[in-house]
Amino acid sequence: MGAPAETTALLATPFGGPLWRRKAVNWAMTALIVAAFAVALIPLFSLLFEVVKRGVPGLSWEFFTTSPRGVIGGGGAAHAIVGTVVITAVTAAISVPIGIMAAIYLTEYGGRGRLRRALTFFVDVMTGIPSIVAGLFAFALFALFLGPGIRLGLMGSVALSVLMIPIVIRTSEEVLKIVPNNLREASYALGTSKWRTIVKVVLPTAFAGLLTGVMIAVARIVGETAPLLVTTGVVDSINSNPFEGRMQNLAVYAYSEYRTPGVMKQASYDRAWAAALTLIAIVMILNLAARFVYRRYRTEIR
Amino acid sequence: MQGAAGATRAEAEAAPSPATTPATANGGAAASEAEGGRRAKRIEAQEVDLFYGDFQAVAGVSVTIEPNKVTALIGSSGCGKTTFLRSLNRMHELTPGARVEGRITLDDQDIYAKGIDPVQVRRLVGMVFQSPNPFPTMSVYENVAAGLSLNGGRVKKAEKDEVVERSLRGAHLWNEVKDRLDKPGSGLSGGQQQRLCIARAIAVEPEVLLMDEPCSALDPVATLAIEDLIGELKNNYTIAIVTHNMQQAARASDVTAFFNLEETGKPGRLIEIGPTETIFTSPTEQATEDYVSGRFG
Repeated sequence: MGAPAETTALLATPFGGPLWRRKAVNWAMTALIVAAFAVALIPLFSLLFEVVKRGVPGLSWEFFTTSPRGVIGGGGAAHAIVGTVVITAVTAAISVPIGIMAAIYLTEYGGRGRLRRALTFFVDVMTGIPSIVAGLFAFALFALFLGPGIRLGLMGSVALSVLMIPIVIRTSEEVLKIVPNNLREASYALGTSKWRTIVKVVLPTAFAGLLTGVMIAVARIVGETAPLLVTTGVVDSINSNPFEGRMQNLAVYAYSEYRTPGVMKQASYDRAWAAALTLIAIVMILNLAARFVYRRYRTEIR
Repeated sequence: MQGAAGATRAEAEAAPSPATTPATANGGAAASEAEGGRRAKRIEAQEVDLFYGDFQAVAGVSVTIEPNKVTALIGSSGCGKTTFLRSLNRMHELTPGARVEGRITLDDQDIYAKGIDPVQVRRLVGMVFQSPNPFPTMSVYENVAAGLSLNGGRVKKAEKDEVVERSLRGAHLWNEVKDRLDKPGSGLSGGQQQRLCIARAIAVEPEVLLMDEPCSALDPVATLAIEDLIGELKNNYTIAIVTHNMQQAARASDVTAFFNLEETGKPGRLIEIGPTETIFTSPTEQATEDYVSGRFG
C-alpha cells in the first residue's frame, strides 16, 4: 500500500525554493565563511612565520645572559628580559588586588543602582585608553612629586597598571557573576557573614576563571612599548630594582635596537627580532600555564 | 508595631543569648524530651506582610510553627509560601528592595528587633533549598563542616570529626560516604547531595530547620528517604517544609497551613491551618477543600 496522495504531494512541494538551489546557497555560504576565517588567520601565521624566521638567528646564549653594558653595539638582552619580568610582576602586584576587589564590589555590593552602572561604564571606557596616554599620566604623576627628570621601573608599572586594571575588573566581574547565587544563599543560611561568604565560597569557586582573566590582562600589557618609552627610559645594564633608576624591557629594547643599531647593523636587527620572539614566547608560556591551571582547578558548577 | 510591641514585653532582651533556651518545658515538648530528643524553639509570626519593592507578596499571615513538629506549607504556585518561609530566617531581606513588616519571634524573641544580628538568626534557623547546593570546591567532609569553618572559629580536628560523623549519621548518609569523605561533594547522586545539604544544615545545630521543597528535584526513592529522615529529625528540631506535593504534606507533616491567592497580582494569604489529618479530610474553608481535592492548583 503506497503513501496517500495528499502526503506525497505535501512532501514534494518545495519549501523555500527547489532543493538544488538551497543546497547551492548552503555550499556557497559555507565556502564564504571558511574563506573569511582563512583570511583572518593569514596575518597571524604570516607574522609568526616572519618573527620566527628573523628572530631565531638572533637567539644565542649570549642573548639571554649578557647585557650591552660595556660592549659596543653588541651584548645581549638579559637586562631587557629581567626588566620585563620585574615590571610585569610589579604591575600585576598592583593591578590584581585592586582589580579583583573592584570586581567584588561591583558584583557583590553594588546592587543595581546608578552608581554601579556608572562605574561599569567608566571601566569600559578605561579599557580603551591609548597606552601612550597611560604612560604620560604616570610620567606627569611622578614628575609632580619627584621632578621631571625621573625615570623609574615603578613608573612603568604604574602606567601599565592603568591599562591592566580595567581588564582585570571586567574579566573578574564576568567570572564572579557566573558563580550561582544558590551557593551564596547556602552559605548565608548557615549563618555566615557576607565577606566570609565571598572569601571562602565565592572566590574559591571562581578561582580558575579569575586566574585566566589575570593572565589575559598580563598578556595585553607585556608587549606595550609606548608607555614604557616615556617612563622607564632606555638603559644598557641590568637593573632589577623598580624603585631606582632606569630599567630596560624587551619591547623598548626591540625598538631601540632597531632605531639605533650598532656598528654591526644586521646583528642589532637580529637582536631586535629575537627580542620580539622572546616576548611572544613569554605570552605563549603564560597562556599555556593559565590553561593548565584552569583545567586543574576548574570546579564543576552543577 | 514591631518595635513598640517588642519593647513592652517583659521577656524581650536587647541582646539575646541564643544558646540558653527557656527552662520551662511545655506540654508539646515534654513528649519529645522523654524520647531523648531536644526541645527546639517555637516560631510565631504575627500579621506578617512581605514586600518586593512596591509589590506585596504576602499579607497578614499569623501562624505558629510548633516545636518538635513538622509544619507543611501548601498552596498553588506563586502564593507566597517560599517568600514567607524565607522571612523566617531573615533571608527575604537579602533580595534588593525586599521588606518585612509584622512580627516574627523565635521563642518570644523578636528576630527583627533592632540590635539583632541576622547572621546569628540564620545560625539558629537553618535552611535546606530546593535543588541541592553543596559547595563545589569542598569535599564531603568540608561541606558538612562548612558551618563550623566558614565562621572562622578554630575548631579542633577531633571535634570537627565528631560533628561531621554525627551530622552525617543524623542525615542517614554516613554509611554511604564514610569511605569517600575527602571526595568532592558534587560527585554524589541527587538524593545523596540533598542529604549532604541536610547534614550541613544540622551540623551547626540550629533550633529550627526550614525546608523549601526539598524533594522536588529528587526521584521517589530519594524522596521517601528524605521524608523518613524528616520524621526522625522532628524529635530534635522544629521543622517547616514548603511543598507542592500534597501527598507529601499528608505523609510527612503533623500540621498543615494552606496559602492562597485571590487572583494574580494580589498578595498571598494564610487561609487555614490545622492538624494535617483535619485539613485533608474535613477542612473548614471552601478554598482549602477545593485545593486538597485537586479542583485547582
